[in-house]
Amino acid sequence: MKLFGLIAVIIVGALLLSATGDFPDFGDPQSPASASPLSTHYIEGSVYETKVPNLVTAVLADYRGFDTMFETVVIFVAGIGIIAVLRAFGTPAAELPEGGGEEGDDDLIIRTTCNLVFPVIQVFALYVVAHGHHSPGGGFQGGVMLGASYILLALSCGLPAAKRRLGERQTIVLAAIGVIVFAGWGVACVLFGGNFLDYAALDPIIPGDVQMARSHSMLGVEIGVAFTVTAIMFVIYANLSTRGRLRDGL
Amino acid sequence: MIWQFDIIILIFMVVTAVIALRVKDLLAASMVFGIYSFLICLLWAEMGAVDVAFTEATVGAGVSTVIMVATVFSTRRRSKD
Amino acid sequence: MEPALASFLQEQIVPKFNYWVYVVLMMIGLYAMIAKNNLIKKLIGMSIFQTAIILFYVSVGAKDGAGIPILDHHTYEHALEHPGDEHIDRDGYANPLPHVLMLTAIVVGVSTLGLALAIAQRIFTSFGSIEEDEILEKLQPGGHD
Repeated sequence: MKLFGLIAVIIVGALLLSATGDFPDFGDPQSPASASPLSTHYIEGSVYETKVPNLVTAVLADYRGFDTMFETVVIFVAGIGIIAVLRAFGTPAAELPEGGGEEGDDDLIIRTTCNLVFPVIQVFALYVVAHGHHSPGGGFQGGVMLGASYILLALSCGLPAAKRRLGERQTIVLAAIGVIVFAGWGVACVLFGGNFLDYAALDPIIPGDVQMARSHSMLGVEIGVAFTVTAIMFVIYANLSTRGRLRDGL
Repeated sequence: MIWQFDIIILIFMVVTAVIALRVKDLLAASMVFGIYSFLICLLWAEMGAVDVAFTEATVGAGVSTVIMVATVFSTRRRSKD
Repeated sequence: MEPALASFLQEQIVPKFNYWVYVVLMMIGLYAMIAKNNLIKKLIGMSIFQTAIILFYVSVGAKDGAGIPILDHHTYEHALEHPGDEHIDRDGYANPLPHVLMLTAIVVGVSTLGLALAIAQRIFTSFGSIEEDEILEKLQPGGHD
C-alpha cells in the first residue's frame, strides 16, 4: 500500500507540477481570476449597490447567498450526523443524567479565570457578528467564537456547567433556527415580489433606501449563520469529548 | 504582500505537515497540526485575506485542535506509523 | 545576499513558489490518506489536502501591492456621497471572490472533520482499534468476533 501510494503521489504530483508552469505569476493583478468581469464588479460596484465596505461580507451574504445558505445547511447536517453516529439510541432517558457528574474538582485558578474570560469572549463574538460589514468578521467567525466560549467553559468547569447554559435540546433548536432564519429571509423576499434571497425586494419593510435594505438583510442572515455555527460547534465538542454520552467528558 | 515572509512561512508549513504525519504520538500530532493551522493563518493574513485568516484562527487553530485532542483521549494515543 | 542570487529568486522562484508548495502539501496529504495506517493520521492528511486547495485558491486571488478587501474609510465615504462616480481602484484590493469561497469551505471543513472523527470513535468502540490493518483483520470471516 505504501509503494502504491508513493507511485500514485509521484505521478499526480508530477502532472500538477508540470501544470504550474501555465499558471499566471503569483500576485499578478492581470491574472484571469483577478481581471474577470465578475471579480472586478464585486470590487468596483458592490459598495454602490449595498453600501457595505467589507467586500467579502457583501459577496458572502448577498451575491452568493445561495452558496452560503447551503453551506449552513451542510454544517447543520454534519452536526445532526455526529449525534446520529455517536449517540447510543434506545438507552432510557433516566440512564443519561442531565447535568449529572461531579463538578468543581478542577483548579480554582483555572475556573475563576475562565469564568472571567467567558463573558468577554462572548461580547467580542457578538461584536464580530454585528460589525462584520465594516471589519473582518461575520457570522461564521463570530459563531465559531461563540461556540468556542462554551467549549472553554466545558473544558474548565466541566461539561455540566456548559450544558446548564446551553442544553442539548436548546442547541438543536438553535441550529435549526439559524437555518430557518436564513431560508426564511429568502422566502420573505419571494413574498415581497422578488427572487429568492433578492434582498432589494424587502425595501418596503426595512428602513432606509434599497442599498440599506440589502445591508441590513446581510446582518440578518449573518445572525442566522452565527446561530447554526455556534450550536453545531458546541454539539461537535460535547459529543466527541464524551463519546456521545454527554457526561464524564475531558 | 512580502515575499520573504511568504517563503519562510510556506517552508515552515511543509515542515510541520511532515512532522504531524511522522510523529507516532497522536496527541503530539494534533498539537503540531494546530501549529500548522496557525502558520497558514499567518500566511493568509500576510496575503491580504483577513477574513479567511480570522476564520482559520478560530476554526483551525482553535476548534479543530480541541476536537482532535478529544478524539485522541477517547481512543488510543499511540499510532503504529 | 548576492545580487545574482537575489535576482534569480525574484524572477524564477518567487512567482511560482506558492503553486509549488500547494502541490507539495497536496501530495503530502494524498500520500497520508492512501498509505497511513492510523485513521486519525488519515484525517490529518485529509485536512492538509484541504488546506492545500484553500492555499491554491487564495494564491490565485492575491495581487501584488493590493490591500485587504475592505474599502478604506475615505473611499467608502466618497462612494456614499457620490453614487455613480465609480472611481474605486480595482488593483488596490485583493480579489474577494476566492476568499468568500474558501471562508465557507473552512467552516464546512471543520464540521466534516468532526463527523469523520465521530465515525473514527464509533469504529473504535466497535473494533477496539483505529489501525486499519487490525480492523481489516477483524472484518475477515475467519477472524474472531
